[in-house]
Amino acid sequence: MAKNVQMKDVDIYYGKFHAVQGVNLSVPPRAVTAFIGPSGCGKSTVLRTINRMHEVIPGARVEGRVELDGEDIYRPGVDPVEVRRAVGMVFQRPNPFPTMSIRDNVVAGLKLQRVNDKAQLNEVTERSLRAANLWNEVKDRLGKPGGSLSGGQQQRLCIARAIAVQPDVLLMDEPCSALDPISTLAIEDLIGKLKQDYTIVIVTHNMQQAARVSDRTGFFNLLAVDKPGRLVELDDTEKIFSNPTEKATEDYISGRFG
Amino acid sequence: MSSTPSGENLDRRTRRRGDAIFRMLAQGSGAALLVIMAAIAVFLVLQAVPALNADTTSFLTTLKWAPDGTPSSFGIAALAFGSVLTSLLALLISVPVAVGVALATSHYAPRWLARPLAYVVDLLAAVPSVVFGLWGLTYLVPNIIAPSTSLNHYLGFIPFFASNGTYGKSIFAASIVLAVMAIPIISAISREVFIQTPRDQVEAAWAIGATKWEMVRTAILPYGRSGIISGTVLGFGRAIGETIAVALVLSANYEISLHILEPGGNTIAANIATRYGEAGEIGRGALIASGLVLFIITLIVNFGARAIVGKNSRGGAS
Ligand SMILES: Nc1ncnc2c1ncn2[C@@H]1O[C@H](COP(=O)(O)OP(=O)(O)O)[C@@H](O)[C@H]1O
Ligand SMILES: [Mg+2]
Repeated sequence: MAKNVQMKDVDIYYGKFHAVQGVNLSVPPRAVTAFIGPSGCGKSTVLRTINRMHEVIPGARVEGRVELDGEDIYRPGVDPVEVRRAVGMVFQRPNPFPTMSIRDNVVAGLKLQRVNDKAQLNEVTERSLRAANLWNEVKDRLGKPGGSLSGGQQQRLCIARAIAVQPDVLLMDEPCSALDPISTLAIEDLIGKLKQDYTIVIVTHNMQQAARVSDRTGFFNLLAVDKPGRLVELDDTEKIFSNPTEKATEDYISGRFG
Repeated sequence: MSSTPSGENLDRRTRRRGDAIFRMLAQGSGAALLVIMAAIAVFLVLQAVPALNADTTSFLTTLKWAPDGTPSSFGIAALAFGSVLTSLLALLISVPVAVGVALATSHYAPRWLARPLAYVVDLLAAVPSVVFGLWGLTYLVPNIIAPSTSLNHYLGFIPFFASNGTYGKSIFAASIVLAVMAIPIISAISREVFIQTPRDQVEAAWAIGATKWEMVRTAILPYGRSGIISGTVLGFGRAIGETIAVALVLSANYEISLHILEPGGNTIAANIATRYGEAGEIGRGALIASGLVLFIITLIVNFGARAIVGKNSRGGAS
């Protein structure tokens, strides 16, 4: 549980397009690391290399090393399906399986791992929904379709689905950008709670959110127009927002561009 | 707010006129369609009534076709049974194959192969049925005897596969021809819906550690369900309305039998095609009455499918 993530000289491509260049970083366990930066600079792309989701796009590929507690997840022979079972992901738009019941959504990952014990599934459903601060709202309608919930509830359902398999790392790609302020607050509270158990990496376009929820913040930027994105710096959130090392970071957080 | 209120009003009025025209067009076409459907039903009923009056035996249970004889006697139940049996068998064979072909062209085959393959499937949907009928007659009928014999030999204890001989021109052969005809349309429509599965559904499945087949099962198939059903209904329509291919392949009679390896039975559509020329006045009425039954069967199937698609279709394509 809660492994650390290391990237060493990672370059990411979409076919011939070089999207991200030379990323080196380390993400500590049981903490929230936020990725910020202007849109299109490769935050999502970097995030999606951590659970090998990048390669589901035809032609997409990754160079360099991405390690979970020192183990290279791109080593030949590693099954991407196993990586994704160990690294959960929550997306920008809530994407529960709309016709599946709330309960089946939560345990969808477990069922793929051939867990069929009724009692165990029920227990995981309750534990995950409680952890996602959703249990009280849905406990009387677990058989209703996942698509019947509000947007904010759907997103918490997706978080419950991701943590039901107790992943080593939890990735979140702008998990609040499709939500109203109240739902956003609920998710931010939840992130604060989940970091006691999980390694969390969150992409956000909202700098206040990064400042509120994260312990570490990485600033991404494009090298130049039509050049790959890169990680400018990654440091304690407090330092990034008060006294960043790089001028580009300071310009960005003080709103001078982006 | 605007400094040219008159211009703004003008704009808005034109837009409203566009809405009105479009609404009229849409409602008009809808109404016209209903009127045509009703006119067909009325025509069928009016034409069938004289024959139904002349019918001396029960037209629903008689097992022969002699409407112009004295007494006039014709059985539609056997025909309806044959139509439904061959069509259902055809779907039983074609739906799994068609869904497999659709998945192959939408998600499994490499891109350089998927496009031509999808194109060929679309082309097949446009091949006239007489071509399938000739293929059935010249290739399938002689070659189906051996597999039919083994089916009977090993599975003969199941009523379907019971048989008192070996035949090529059987219900089984007719159903296979109908299945081959239905596959392209079912797979073309399923494929269109499969490729529209929202990316976030597919990614949700990947992200929880689904294998490719598990991704297909959790994301593509639930979303594509309505497409599979619509395609199946159209395939059913093609199968149950087929005349010439069935007439060529099936050696017809007016029995009601589940023994699909035997010749026999007939379908409403094939019976109309083969009998209309020789029919007298009552005979034509009888054929039209059978057409009315066909019309009702297809209506029931369509409404049934609507009910299935409508139920629990949230999030799926419809
Ligand atoms: N599926 C894709 N195919 C090709 N290029 C892509 C794809 N997704 C993203 N990109 C490109 O990769 C770059 C980084 O995108 P992304 O990681 O989504 O940025 P961010 O999340 O920081 O907004 C952009 O130039 C974008 O256009
Ligand atoms: Mg992004």
